[in-house]
Amino acid sequence: MTTRRLVLTRSAAVVGAASVGLLLPQIVRAQSNRVRVGFMLPYTGTFAQLGVNIENGVRMAINEKGGKLGGREIEWFKVDDESEPSKGVENAQRLVQRDKVDVLIGTVHSGVQMGIQRVARESGVLSLIPNAGVHAATRGLCAPNVFRTSFTNSQPTLALGKPMVDKGLKKAVWITWKYAAGDEAFEGFKESYTKAGGTIVKELGLPFPNVEFQALLTEIASLNPDAVACFFAGGGAAKFIRDYAAAGLKGKIPLWGSGFLTEGVLDAAGAAADGIMTTMHYSDSLDTPRNNKFRGDFARTFKLQPDVYAVQGYDTGLLLAQGMEAVKGDIGNKQALYKALETQTIDSPRGKWTMSKAHNPVQDIYLRRVENKENKVIGVAAKALADSGAGCKMASA
Amino acid sequence: MDFSTFLLQLLNSVQYGLLLFMLAAGLTLIFGIMGVVNLAHGSFYMLGAYLAWWLTRSFGSLTLAIALGSVLAVAFGLLLERLLFRHFYHRDHLDQVLLTFGLIYVFEEARSIFWGDDVHGVSIPEALGASIPLTDNLSYPVYRLFMSGLCIVLAIGLYLLISKTRLGMKIRAGAFNHDMTEALGINIKRIHAIVFALGVGLATIAGMIAAPISSVYPNMGSQVLIMCFVVVVIGGIGSVRGALIAALLVGAVDTFGKVLLPQVAGMLVYILMAAVLLWKPEGLFKQ
Repeated sequence: MTTRRLVLTRSAAVVGAASVGLLLPQIVRAQSNRVRVGFMLPYTGTFAQLGVNIENGVRMAINEKGGKLGGREIEWFKVDDESEPSKGVENAQRLVQRDKVDVLIGTVHSGVQMGIQRVARESGVLSLIPNAGVHAATRGLCAPNVFRTSFTNSQPTLALGKPMVDKGLKKAVWITWKYAAGDEAFEGFKESYTKAGGTIVKELGLPFPNVEFQALLTEIASLNPDAVACFFAGGGAAKFIRDYAAAGLKGKIPLWGSGFLTEGVLDAAGAAADGIMTTMHYSDSLDTPRNNKFRGDFARTFKLQPDVYAVQGYDTGLLLAQGMEAVKGDIGNKQALYKALETQTIDSPRGKWTMSKAHNPVQDIYLRRVENKENKVIGVAAKALADSGAGCKMASA
Repeated sequence: MDFSTFLLQLLNSVQYGLLLFMLAAGLTLIFGIMGVVNLAHGSFYMLGAYLAWWLTRSFGSLTLAIALGSVLAVAFGLLLERLLFRHFYHRDHLDQVLLTFGLIYVFEEARSIFWGDDVHGVSIPEALGASIPLTDNLSYPVYRLFMSGLCIVLAIGLYLLISKTRLGMKIRAGAFNHDMTEALGINIKRIHAIVFALGVGLATIAGMIAAPISSVYPNMGSQVLIMCFVVVVIGGIGSVRGALIAALLVGAVDTFGKVLLPQVAGMLVYILMAAVLLWKPEGLFKQ
């Protein structure tokens, strides 16, 4: 009885699997002329909106290029990575092994990115990073098949120090969450600020994603520095901005930070955010024909206002489309494809940028001030800034 | 660190310590009296915070939200005790751990379904929004004084309830000898239900008053639960007085650690716990 049922269920499983294509011979799929593109992004949880905006951006860029990649139709695949680092490898493998994607686009969370990085290095699948800024991806663990279209965690803060010192703010306190992104942002700030002649009076930190800032704000008030520099993002950033004002520090000690401090939180932070200075590779208010056109098109297409994440997604789409164009859709010719991706200039809403040797954008970083719930661009804080790419030894493809 | 900064940080640490006490008191009571290890205790803190956000959004007043939320929380505690916990008093600790650990997941999932996974802020009521200047550049937020005040009132109330009332006498008797108390004709089941609801109520109120200063976010309960266990272990399991002293101690070590030794701040309370356990393996005030 048991055996018979076992046989039945097993055959049922085999038939089922075959009918959904799991057991189809490799050759059948190879014959289809489609490029298989996989998204591994957060579609639930705190970062869900970021994932959606990135995907919208990618699709918009490719649609503008005629909806094809190097003349080939596209087949899309999606995996929700839930911003869960412990499942990073497993989720990336689902796209690479089960769905056999030619290109993997992901992700937002730096911890999850490390999982993708492992799979990308082992499988050699072309991998495009539309957000996560973790250093290792384009430093020590860089790979010929991995390209980032966003930033490294220290890139915005590498441009932060000089304008602060130029404003006469020579003694600063640094505050952030103690985790990879916070530590890496500090690395950039420390380098740029001390090089410009500033002194970091004290480095304060609290565990991620703790938002009980009171003791640290009290300490800042008593140290009374010329300025405070920080890295926070998301809901915690809004809270920090409000608490900073509530502690009576706003207006007394200028607040500066990596641009993520004021991205997407200005409504939540309200008037408390006025006057905050940040450095970042994009701003909604960037008044260029390129950006205005992009913002109009995006808003019309998706009924959503684009943000920095949408731009990064859009640039990922542009890079992929341009690279595939250059090799006429021959994705198997890896050497030519990587060469093409390395040498593209991306005409982005954030301004034109190119790829560094370690596959990270070389881009302008803007200086911005918050005015009436808007990140107003004041100027360029650093022209064509590249991440150091320290420790990247790229094996040839 | 000059004197006024020190004073301010002391206020910060007392405020944090009192909040921890609200949570740890419930945890230690439920364990001390009913012998239940309640890992889901932190979830009630989270529940409180989300209730504060949700009710404030619906009614526009945090005060009203706290009043209404406390009633809802106690009712929920009674229901949960009746449906679930009651059947686990006589089971061994492993069963209880499995039950309450599972409950954490149930609560998180329910929270995700009803309220989503976003981070929310709750505004401080306008009347309590000001800061009191202490020196020319240091001031202390009124809301935090209010929090500390409320915690102190509840702590005194708890003390009076347990040591001075008839109900308190029964609770203590029940903790001391379960069967004997029952034999004397005291309805021990009702006592248990009351203690459980009390613990749930305290944790939920803590979550509600903490919502404006700590934000409202997924998994906030698990983080605070760990600190609660540290407090209960340092204070001595089952001792409410121990929980108070330990909570104030942990609050001070954490607050001053963050400021004086930011590099190792995350470790300091655990070092404190290890030191106390080496010196007194049963905690400071083992009953």
